[in-house]
Amino acid sequence: MAVHVKVRSGGLQRRERYLAYGMMAPAAVLLILFLIVPFVMAFGLSFTNQSLVPPLETVVDETTGETVQRQKPPDFIGTDNYQNLLRIHIFTMEPLVDEQTGEVLRDEAGGIQYERARTYLRPERLEELFQIDLFGTRYLVGAGDASFYRSLLNIFEFVIIVVPVQTSLALFLAMLVNQKIRGANVFRTIYFSPVVTAMAIVAVLWFFLYNPSDGLINNFLKVFNIGPFQWLEHPASALIAIIIMSIWQGVGFQMVIYLAGLQEISEDLYEAASIDGANRIQQFRFVTLPSLRNTTLFVAISTTILAFKLFVQVDVMTFGRGGPENATITPILHMVNEGFRSAQRVGYAAAIAVVFVLIVLAISLIQRRVLSYGDH
Amino acid sequence: MATTLEYTQSSEARALERRAWIRKVVFYTLDYGLMIFLALFFLFPIVVMVVSSVKPDDIITADMRSLNAFIPREFTTANFSCPDYQSPGSLCSPRPGENPGLFERLPFGKIFFNTIFVTTSIVVGGLLINSMAAYALARLDWPGRRIVLTIIIALIIIPFESIAVPLLLIVRELPWFTGPNWLNTYHVQIIPFMADAFSIFLFYQFFIGIPKDFDEAARVDGASGFTIYSRIIVPLSRPVFATVAILQFLAYWGAYLWPLMATASGGFDIQPLPVAMQVFFGQAPRQWGDVMAFASLATVPVLIVFLLFQKWFVQSVASAGVKG
Repeated sequence: MAVHVKVRSGGLQRRERYLAYGMMAPAAVLLILFLIVPFVMAFGLSFTNQSLVPPLETVVDETTGETVQRQKPPDFIGTDNYQNLLRIHIFTMEPLVDEQTGEVLRDEAGGIQYERARTYLRPERLEELFQIDLFGTRYLVGAGDASFYRSLLNIFEFVIIVVPVQTSLALFLAMLVNQKIRGANVFRTIYFSPVVTAMAIVAVLWFFLYNPSDGLINNFLKVFNIGPFQWLEHPASALIAIIIMSIWQGVGFQMVIYLAGLQEISEDLYEAASIDGANRIQQFRFVTLPSLRNTTLFVAISTTILAFKLFVQVDVMTFGRGGPENATITPILHMVNEGFRSAQRVGYAAAIAVVFVLIVLAISLIQRRVLSYGDH
Repeated sequence: MATTLEYTQSSEARALERRAWIRKVVFYTLDYGLMIFLALFFLFPIVVMVVSSVKPDDIITADMRSLNAFIPREFTTANFSCPDYQSPGSLCSPRPGENPGLFERLPFGKIFFNTIFVTTSIVVGGLLINSMAAYALARLDWPGRRIVLTIIIALIIIPFESIAVPLLLIVRELPWFTGPNWLNTYHVQIIPFMADAFSIFLFYQFFIGIPKDFDEAARVDGASGFTIYSRIIVPLSRPVFATVAILQFLAYWGAYLWPLMATASGGFDIQPLPVAMQVFFGQAPRQWGDVMAFASLATVPVLIVFLLFQKWFVQSVASAGVKG
């Protein structure tokens, strides 16, 4: 009898196992084929010169002796892609000197004249990243791929502005619509509504609103004697324009997450605080903020990761160029342009992807550490 | 003496009351004022879009100089459709052949259908596939489920953008019943996105919280594992199904990068709204009326769906944060 039971339960266990495999299988197969394999491939491809459309080569078929055309297989090129991507060189620029007098040449404004950057960069096949004057010496920084470094600078600027602004605006909005007053739900709905729009569609709309000469935004600011700004057409303001519209579209999402966090805070805590004589600001500082610690951690980290992936709005609003003068180029845009558009260098694009993932991973780990500092 | 004191007290009390009242009025005025100002900030682009879409092309830009931007002072449907734009007496096109509407310029209905079909397929297929996987992970006993769960959670952080280019190489080589490869098809936009690590995680979190007693009772009644999933777990889990559906919908209905790459040469037969919008936007002549008509038709239906089910939307997003 006991044996019989054991056999049955073993059979049941086996059936449960097969059922589990069966139910797991579709997701497992799809995740392996469309997520894990391409992820591993990205790593592998980054060490090759794979291109999107491989060039044809003519080879002699060994068995038949006929010449056939086939796609040239990619070569393994070691870390060349990474070297080209990350290569950076700092030159000290020599002032131009008058050959007769030995004096340093100056321009009309009295500034020291230097040799053209090209003379330094061209032999090394570098692109100019920027020039900087430090302690009376001018340094020239050249990079193998200036657009990539520019994209990193841009994305860091974007993240550093967007994450704190969007997170605190989200909290502020959440507190507004969390008030027990008439119409709070209507405002919640309004603030959230841009989230359900498609970024690629509303980016076109904002492109229209940002028009420098007759866009609505400049015309509105003119009422207050502000502007006009060149918005997307000037390197100094283009990224700011992207930032404003990104926050407009995204902040409602984080607002709702904060709203859920706010509603979890017990009323008793506020009551206790007010009995202790805490005013509204103190209540916010000592009750609300500490209670929202985990929510803030989640919002900050997820916003950071999302912000790093900036692509759609820039692609649409700058017609894929990340201009003007690379002012809005981002790592993903650069990757798409290198791998898919003009250059079609898939191997190189894969190297960008790998570096990008490593940076995002490192930043979110550091962020987790810093933000949860003091948690025990 | 006593009366004077009483009098002073009550007048003081009244003054206090008055001050409190004034404070309240000032506070609510500022409060509502701020909320209305913010509401205008979030709404103005959408209002301008919709209003411009029903205005004649030649006044749209000029109207941006005043509050007319928000007023449909002249109404026309020509931006959407102008079927007789080539005939000399056309009502919607002042010069023959010059001003076709959106529907004359591209098959908007088909493009809209493409988006709806692709997004719905991802959502529905994803609900089934991901909930089954989560059920196996949360409620069935099999060797290796711990490690599989760990791997799936680790997969959440892989950004799609980093695998886009290799994925393109894969779908270019994959065979399909009706074509040489997967490029420029519906399924290339659907199948790679049905399985989703974060969805599995959300389902898992919910399933693990359902008491085991439910299973045991059903098992005693002779139900098999799959029956327990379909008859007990799924009906109990409607909220998480709604959450996953809405989050996946929000993630994919505006999908841009992948369709841009995978349907680049597929044309409007296969491209979704965001990609078609770029093609349309880049086409000369850029008539803002037509562009606004496109943007409105692509945005307003989803806004209406959101308004109808907003409680669900808000709850879904909120639970993504709480559980994430």
